Amino acid sequence: MGEYILEDPIVKVTNVSLKYGNQTILENIDLNIEKGEFLGLVGPNGSGKSTLIKTLLGLITPNQGDIELFNKPLNKFRQWERIGFVSQKANTINTGFPATVYEVVSMGLYSKVGLLRFLNRKHKRKIDETLESVGMLEYKNRNIGELSGGQQQRVFVARALVSEPDILILDEPTVGVDTSSVQQFYQLLTKLNQEKHITLLLVTHDVGVMTSYVSNVACLNKTLHFHGTSKDFQESDLSSLYGHDVQVITHDHEHGGRH
Amino acid sequence: MMNEFFTYEFLQNAFFTGIMIGFLAPILGVFIVVRRLALITDALSHVTLTGIAFHLLLAQTFTFMQLMSPLYMGMTFAVAGSLLMEKLRNVYTAFKELAIPIILSIGIGLGVVFISLADGFNNDLFNYLFGSIITVTREDLSVISIVTVVVTGLLILFYKELLFLSFDEEQASVSGIPGKWINILFIIMTALVIASSMRIVGILLVSSLMTLPAASAIQLSKSFKQMFLYSIIIGEFSVITGIISAFYLDISPGGVIVLVALSILLIILGCKKIHVGTSRKKMSYTDNNT
Ligand SMILES: Nc1ncnc2c1ncn2[C@@H]1O[C@H](COP(=O)(O)OP(=O)(O)O)[C@@H](O)[C@H]1O
Ligand SMILES: [Mg+2]
Repeated sequence: MGEYILEDPIVKVTNVSLKYGNQTILENIDLNIEKGEFLGLVGPNGSGKSTLIKTLLGLITPNQGDIELFNKPLNKFRQWERIGFVSQKANTINTGFPATVYEVVSMGLYSKVGLLRFLNRKHKRKIDETLESVGMLEYKNRNIGELSGGQQQRVFVARALVSEPDILILDEPTVGVDTSSVQQFYQLLTKLNQEKHITLLLVTHDVGVMTSYVSNVACLNKTLHFHGTSKDFQESDLSSLYGHDVQVITHDHEHGGRH
Repeated sequence: MMNEFFTYEFLQNAFFTGIMIGFLAPILGVFIVVRRLALITDALSHVTLTGIAFHLLLAQTFTFMQLMSPLYMGMTFAVAGSLLMEKLRNVYTAFKELAIPIILSIGIGLGVVFISLADGFNNDLFNYLFGSIITVTREDLSVISIVTVVVTGLLILFYKELLFLSFDEEQASVSGIPGKWINILFIIMTALVIASSMRIVGILLVSSLMTLPAASAIQLSKSFKQMFLYSIIIGEFSVITGIISAFYLDISPGGVIVLVALSILLIILGCKKIHVGTSRKKMSYTDNNT
C-alpha cells in the first residue's frame, strides 16, 4: 500500500527470536505492518504463527529482539484499546459460559471505560452499532453458546471492534466455521479494511481462499520466508520458499485450481 | 420461631449472619465456578481451620485470647493461604492446579497438629467443622457485616473486570485489564468470605455453599447477571432452611444447607434431562487452563 509508506508502521517487529526450552520457535523475525494494510500471515500448523501474535501482544516475552506498537516499545505501550484481538482459542473456549452476546461484546469496552467506572448510554449504543456492523444485532440477548461457530466468530470480532481499534488481529478465525460462512466472513473483513480503514492481520494455515482477499502475505515457518503483495505471492513458487515443508505445498495445490 | 427469635440474641446473630453468608458465598461462587476454581475454596477453608486451631492453641497460654473470636485468626490464615496459593500458581504455571493440594496439605497438616496440641478434639471443633447456630456472637455478626459491605462494594466496582477475566483471561490481559491485581483481590475476598461462613456452614461445607448454588444457576442462566440472581435465591433459600431446621431439630445447620442446595441442583438437572431438546450443552465447555 504505497500511499501509506510515509507513515511509521503500526506494528514493528525487529529481529525477534523465541525458544521454548531448546526448541527454537521463532528465528530472527522482522515484520512491519503498515497502516491500512490487510496482511495475511500464513504457515503450516506449528509454524509459530500464534506464538508470533502472542509475542507481539506482549503475552509472551521473546528471547531476543524488539517490538514496537504504534511507535512505542511494547513494555511502554498502554493504549490496548487501539488493538482488537480475536485469539485462536476464542471459538473453542467457554461456549457454555452463561453470557449473552451483549455481555461478550461489552467486554471489548472495559479497558476503554476504565477501572471503577461503568458503561454509560453512549457505550451501550456503540455496542449495538458494532453488533449491527457484523450483522449480529438481532442476537443481542442470546446466550453465546446457542450460536453457530460462524455467528460466535462474528461476536468475537464485534468484541474486538467495539473499542474502535486501529488494527484488528485475528488468529485462525475461520477454524470450525462452515465454508459458506467463511466467504461471508472474509467479505466482512474486506469491508472493514476498505470502508473503515482498519488495518488487518489475519493468521491462517489455509492459504487457498485467503490470498484473494488480503493485500499482502507473509509466510512463516520459524523464520519469515516471504513478505510481499498477495499478487507476488500467488505468482511465486511456494515450494522453493518453504523448502522441505510438504504440508503447505499440498495445501496450495488443493486450492490452487480456484485462482 | 418468631418468639424465640426476639428472645434469643444468638438466634438473631445466626439468622442475620446466615442471610449475609447466603448472599456472599453464592455470589463469589459464580466467579469461582465459571473460572473452574471450585477446589480452591476447599483448600482455603482448611487453612481457615488451621487459623482457628492456632487461636485455640494460643488461647491456652495467653488467656486474654479466650475472650477474642477465633474468626480473626481464621481470616488471617485464610488470606495468607490465598496469597500463597496465588504465588504457587505462578510458580507452577504449567500445573496451576498443583497449588490446591499443596495448600490443602499445609492446612490439614498444621491444623491437626495445632488441634492436638490444644487438646481441641471436642464439641467446639465439631461446631467449626459443621456449623452451629448457637456460637455466633454479636462481634462475629459485626465483623461479617463489614466483610459483606466491603466485598459487595468491591464486586460492584470490579464487576466488569472480573467478568472479562472469568470469560477469557488471555483476551482480558491483551485488552489491558490488570489481571494479576484483580486476581489477588478476588482470592482475598474469597478467603474472607470462607472464613466468615465458617460459623454457620462449617469448614467442611463452605465450599459446597459457594459452588452448589452457582452450579444450579449455570444450568438456568442465559446471561451472567441472571446467574447471580439464581445463585443468590438458591443460596438464601438453603441457608434459611438450614438455620430453621437446625433450630427445631437441634442438628448442625451446615449439613441441611448443603443437602438443600444439592437437592435443588439434582431437581434442576433432572428437569433438564427431561427437556433434552432445549439443552444448551452447559457442562461441555473445554478447559481454559485455570
Ligand atoms: N507453551 C508452549 N510451550 C512449549 N511449546 C509450545 C508452547 N506453545 C507452542 N509451542 C510450540 O511452538 C510451536 C509453534 O506453535 P504455534 O505458535 O501455536 O503454531 P501455529 O499457531 O503456527 O500453529 C509448536 O511446535 C508448539 O508445539
Ligand atoms: Mg495457531
